[in-house]
Amino acid sequence: MRRDAGEAVTRQSALARIASQHDRHAGWWAFIVHRVSGVALAIFLPVHFWALGEALRGEARLDAFLRWADAPGVRASEWAIVVLLGLHLTGGLRVLALEWLPWRGWQKTLAGAVAGASLLIALAFLADLL
Amino acid sequence: MLEVAIWRGGAEGRLEHYSVPRAPSQTVLDVVTWIQRHLDPTLAYRFACRVGMCGSCAMTVNGVARWTCRTHVDRVAPGSRLELRPLANLPVIRDLVCDMREFFDKWIAAKGAFAPTATRLDAPARVLPASRERRDADAAVECIGCGVCYASCDIVAWRPAYLGPAALNRAWTLVNDVRDGARAGRLAAVAGDAGCHACHSQTSCTERCPKHLSPTASIAGLKRMASRSLLGGDR
Repeated sequence: MRRDAGEAVTRQSALARIASQHDRHAGWWAFIVHRVSGVALAIFLPVHFWALGEALRGEARLDAFLRWADAPGVRASEWAIVVLLGLHLTGGLRVLALEWLPWRGWQKTLAGAVAGASLLIALAFLADLL
Repeated sequence: MLEVAIWRGGAEGRLEHYSVPRAPSQTVLDVVTWIQRHLDPTLAYRFACRVGMCGSCAMTVNGVARWTCRTHVDRVAPGSRLELRPLANLPVIRDLVCDMREFFDKWIAAKGAFAPTATRLDAPARVLPASRERRDADAAVECIGCGVCYASCDIVAWRPAYLGPAALNRAWTLVNDVRDGARAGRLAAVAGDAGCHACHSQTSCTERCPKHLSPTASIAGLKRMASRSLLGGDR
């Protein structure tokens, strides 16, 4: 591909590109939520499993861990993990449906369903905590 | 009066400001033409048919890629302000004109040319209008090559080798054309790293296509076809 005069235009950074486009739509938001929740989970889950693994190393450690896990901050981050999981799971279902079902024009409904289902999962978990 | 800011220059340039009188049913292309005829004859832009057939007048209008000949100012400039830039994701030649070569080079890379299996001596092919292939091709075939989808696609911006929505949409019409003889090669051409599997289904192409086509649906079709072909099925 020829690329000469316009190099500066095509080398626009990802963030600059996100900022420059107006009129974002449901499909784009569904993508960005899926991507951001995926990255956040990838960072969060190893720490989560490490904490669980520590707890399995003996009764005293488990008790200490459970006391620690009762702290409001820890509960809030657990809640955040579940919300992220909900968003990422339903976002993944949206992509599967888009790519494997013979669809026409119901992407926005799917994106709405993703947001709705995530909210329900998050609220159900919150209700369980209280 | 309408306050209009227009990109002047090439890759490096600036926005210049113009005041243009409002008119009933005024299109964005009307505004650009008025500026060129009355204020600055050096303004470069492209158009041909003025009726939404040729696909040459697409620009970035207030941050969104649109065909300007069929875009009414009333609909896109509520505050009587217009900001016009060349299409994104393509090298700028000058002002509102961008270099479309890589856009069409990608149609060639996606094997967007029909490969006939019959000659003029053969009887015309019979393709039933109700057949699945015909309906799939019909849904995607009205593309005018304006580049709006290509300019709206974040994947093209983030991954410059990506073939883009228009070229893949074209490939989808051809893999559904029962008269075509290059299906396997075409499928291989669009199933690579820069092909259909790079699409993240953001659906900006479908959202912005002035002809109301759905390149997202075409690309999803190619993904299914490529996957089934890998698994050994015909489709």
